Amino acid sequence: MRKVVAMTGDQAAAEAMRQIEPDVVAAYPITPQTEIVMGFAQFVADGRVQTEMIPVESEHSAMSACVGAAASGARTMTATSANGLALMWEIVYIAASTRLPIVMPVVNRALSGPINIHCDHSDTMGARDSGWLQIYCENNQEVYENVIMAIRIAEHKDIRLPVMVCQDGFITSHAVEGIKLYDDKQVKEFIGAYQLEHSLLDIDKPVTYGPLDLQDFYFEHKRQQAEAIKNSLKAIPEIFAEFKKYFGSAYDFIDTYKLDDAELAIVALSSTAGTTKVVIDELRAQGKNVGLLRPRFFRPFPKEKIVRALSGLKAVAILDRSEAFSGQGGALFAEIRSALLDEPKRPLTVNYIYGLGGRDIDLQQIKSVYADLEKIVKAKKVKDLINYLGVR
Amino acid sequence: MQELVEVRWHGRGGQGAKTAAQFLAEAALDAGKFIQAFPEYGPERAGAPIRTYTRISEKPINLHCGVVNPGYVVVIDPTLLSPAIVEGLSDQGILVVNTNEPIEAVRKKTNFQKGKVGVVDATQISLDTLGRPMPNMPMLGALLKVVPLVKLEDLYKNIKAKFLKKIGEEKTNANIAGIKKAYEQVRVG
Repeated sequence: MRKVVAMTGDQAAAEAMRQIEPDVVAAYPITPQTEIVMGFAQFVADGRVQTEMIPVESEHSAMSACVGAAASGARTMTATSANGLALMWEIVYIAASTRLPIVMPVVNRALSGPINIHCDHSDTMGARDSGWLQIYCENNQEVYENVIMAIRIAEHKDIRLPVMVCQDGFITSHAVEGIKLYDDKQVKEFIGAYQLEHSLLDIDKPVTYGPLDLQDFYFEHKRQQAEAIKNSLKAIPEIFAEFKKYFGSAYDFIDTYKLDDAELAIVALSSTAGTTKVVIDELRAQGKNVGLLRPRFFRPFPKEKIVRALSGLKAVAILDRSEAFSGQGGALFAEIRSALLDEPKRPLTVNYIYGLGGRDIDLQQIKSVYADLEKIVKAKKVKDLINYLGVR
Repeated sequence: MQELVEVRWHGRGGQGAKTAAQFLAEAALDAGKFIQAFPEYGPERAGAPIRTYTRISEKPINLHCGVVNPGYVVVIDPTLLSPAIVEGLSDQGILVVNTNEPIEAVRKKTNFQKGKVGVVDATQISLDTLGRPMPNMPMLGALLKVVPLVKLEDLYKNIKAKFLKKIGEEKTNANIAGIKKAYEQVRVG
């Protein structure tokens, strides 16, 4: 049975965590993630979960505690935003390279400075090379479902990697939407029991975690990590299929909207994709062949799916909510453009940096991007590769 | 009802503009509609002007940008009245204000000449019913009289579900009485 309730994106993440009932949660509150930790701490205080909650003194300690807990075999979660993620940076890499299936909702917020508490993707885009998987959510329903699914993804025997479940700070984290909740029992059944194969605390079969790994083996371990990320592209669809069987919602690495017969498309992550869908409906009513591609996963990077979806289009605008200072556009642009390079029917591509520090991205801005794409097709070339949308 | 209704709430930090926006949305959700409710976060401090928003739709809401052209503007604090308060509100839109002044005075302060204006002394109503100045709940009643976005019963049901455990039966009923009173007393011109 399902019920529809009003919840913010943060509450949706906390509710998913309640249903998952991890063995250990070590977390430190930071805006705009605060309501996740607050909500979950309340569940612990009310005795609604048996989780060992560790209220640590910093995010560095939060991730350190998570690494210890996960290495012992505990199902482990935390949550953070922006500077919190930055402070745990050192241990974020260690969690991934130690292959610990920690699941971490990240409420995307601009990384200081200047100091700002609002949404952009500079925090998680900075962590894109850390070896974590990254899921980006369009709305509160996806936050809820992706947090649940992330447990299975992280713990899958062919993956064994930590997962960030990202949502847009304030835009979804603090906006109330109606979401369908699933039964506790059903969620528990879906995620199943967790048994780590090599527990740090198993004294009968002693293992070593985190030893010095120099020229002799470091490289091989990194190579294995790359293989695990590659494997995840094969393993995750099994989890999508099972999620659909249990709960009815269909998931894929990418989400598309009216893209099949489109000539022009926007690529965007998270909540901006929703607003883009509204613009598409309006432009379609005027007879324009426009569409959307939204990567749900940035790690693993679903190259094949993205290339197939964009191949044959005339022009594509890729929107980045973070600046990479490379002069070559944002991270999403750089990777998608690179992925398209060998594609004979590749579209013209152009990059827009937008929405930094929570600058609102409205219908007009998105319309202007489609208008630019029309001009690009007419001119058969891209005049300005990197553009800034909505900046003064 | 139109396909998508957007309401902008103006209040000061601590006056419950966030709660009002959310209660309206939740009552609509209970009635089977699709909803969003969200505040515009600036510096959080009591007394600072804040805006909150409610979206109600017959269809799923994909929009995740700010509300630019609200159909309805509700002003919880009368000291916020100025022409800026009706920004983006068209002549077909409706302005609902907590004030003890007449409609003409509101038009003068806001330059909102053509559209409908509703006025109600929600602060006095909350003093009478609740014993303290919390005009947000009465303003919900005033708005629903001007435009029946949700049924009063749905709103009451939601308020009871949220408030009973938190503030007890007496205060919950006082809040509902305030909504009822404002619903009856709002004048529209």
